[in-house]
Amino acid sequence: MTAGITPSGSSADAPAISIQGVVKRFGDLTAVNGLNLDVPAGICLGLLGPNGAGKSTTMRMLTAQSIPDAGQITILGFRVPEQSKQSRALMGVVPQQDNLDAELTARQNLEIFTWLYRVPRRQRRAAVQRALEIAQLTDRADTKVDDLSGGMRRRLLIARGLVHQPRLVLLDEPTVGLDPQVRQELWALIDTLRSEGVTVLMSTHYIEEAERLADDVAVMSRGRVIARGTPSGLIAQYAGAQAAEYYGPPERLVEVERVAQRAGLSTRRTGPSVSVLRAEQMPDSLRDELGEGVRRPANLEDVFVALTGESVE
Amino acid sequence: MSELVASTGTTTPPEETPRFSRPAPRRLRWIEPTALSAVLFHELTIFRRYWASTTFSSVVEPTIYLLAFGFGFGALVSYIGEYRYVEFLGTGIVATAVLFTSAFTGMFQTFVRRVFQKTYDALLAAPIDTHELVTGEALWIGLKAGVYGCAPMLVAMGFGLDPSPGMLLVPLIGFITGFGFGLFGIWTSTLVPGIDAFNYIISALLTPLFLVAGTFFPIDNLPGWAQTASQFNPLFHCVELVRHAVFGLQPLDDLWHLTALLIFVSAMWLLAIRGMRRKLVT
Repeated sequence: MTAGITPSGSSADAPAISIQGVVKRFGDLTAVNGLNLDVPAGICLGLLGPNGAGKSTTMRMLTAQSIPDAGQITILGFRVPEQSKQSRALMGVVPQQDNLDAELTARQNLEIFTWLYRVPRRQRRAAVQRALEIAQLTDRADTKVDDLSGGMRRRLLIARGLVHQPRLVLLDEPTVGLDPQVRQELWALIDTLRSEGVTVLMSTHYIEEAERLADDVAVMSRGRVIARGTPSGLIAQYAGAQAAEYYGPPERLVEVERVAQRAGLSTRRTGPSVSVLRAEQMPDSLRDELGEGVRRPANLEDVFVALTGESVE
Repeated sequence: MSELVASTGTTTPPEETPRFSRPAPRRLRWIEPTALSAVLFHELTIFRRYWASTTFSSVVEPTIYLLAFGFGFGALVSYIGEYRYVEFLGTGIVATAVLFTSAFTGMFQTFVRRVFQKTYDALLAAPIDTHELVTGEALWIGLKAGVYGCAPMLVAMGFGLDPSPGMLLVPLIGFITGFGFGLFGIWTSTLVPGIDAFNYIISALLTPLFLVAGTFFPIDNLPGWAQTASQFNPLFHCVELVRHAVFGLQPLDDLWHLTALLIFVSAMWLLAIRGMRRKLVT
């Protein structure tokens, strides 16, 4: 299908998205600070980071809605922002904020995007039908968006970005603010995309979302990637195999932190408890002193906090 | 096509997955016709929801104007220059209809879509650029102004305005003027901090523009400075062109009026694109 266009410097192994040394400043604030990130074709990459880490700015730079101050971005072989219109034609974008036309029906919202994405006239109807099926809104096609539930709207928002069957999809916080049930539905939808070989770049601050969906995770902090790998690889590298959780009154928690850190183990607050990381390496003397605690497997959240710190600015 | 639908949800290898997306052509024009048609389709889809109310007000409003001014002023003034008052007024309010539909739409609609609905963020993530978006929306505003601008003239015909072949030019004049004032509205929507600030623009700029354009009364009796100032009023040129189209063109004068309108349009085009780019691309 892409025969006839010759993106600059593309090859079969080239990453779908390549970001090299990108810097973006807003006045005194440096939102993205020397970002390097490659997204190989066909994977789902989770961009994980606290609010303000630069995830949304990065997403906006990929659609040339924000212009970097320095660095290079290439998407599907096209230089961005110079050749951004070509790359935008080939990818789908699902924004964080619902910007559907609330006055229009689900079908009309999708129709408009078949025009924007240059879907050939004779295929528009099939494209809309397929997107309605993806959103599971075939029965509600002619309902005004205003009258759809929050979950339906979000499914429609995702389907709108898929109406032209893109090979690359950007998802900016796809499930933020949704009920767990709705989130499960959307995860299933995103997982289907991945299984179809669509390249997905998904920003999220929900650790579970990244853990379930992402083949690869990049942790962002202060405008750059500070760790990159598979979820299990990152957990092994930064949080070990197990964590031991200790409960008790505040004084007890402080005591556990002090003792564990003195023995060279890192800790983090997990709600009413303190988690001691790499509990599998806990020396017997320390175990005698602290007790067994509640053992659980280490998770990405441990990695996240270990890397980005306990407090969020 | 049925195959495409049937294959949804299956795990076909990437190469074989059918794709609807067509890459943008390698060499792009400054304004892509496909991008413009997408914007116009967007507008048309929305228009299908509100055409009835727009049509209602665009017919009822000039009827009220003509009744009120016709009975009110018409009783005192039967002729202005060589025109009967109904002829003067019936052509004059074409320009006010064009101004109000285009400038107000440009201002309020653009502001609401950009700030509250975030519509433009959605559109610009697709293969369309700011200048195409601005041009497409202004084109639609101009088209609407061209069509609805004729409503007062048609109503005036019911009040005794005689039909003439030159009236066929009126939609075109309305389109050019509406395109310009639509762009003016889009540009000012990028300057105001909030929607209430439009009051300053309406009171201080648009009201004098539409009163001192020879719409309800001729500018000949105004002081010299006001007559000079009206040469800088795009709406004055619109009014003159409409009257001349209906009652007889005056080629040399009208060439100047058309040129003035086109200068206005070009300036607004550049300012609207620049303003919107500043707001939408950070």
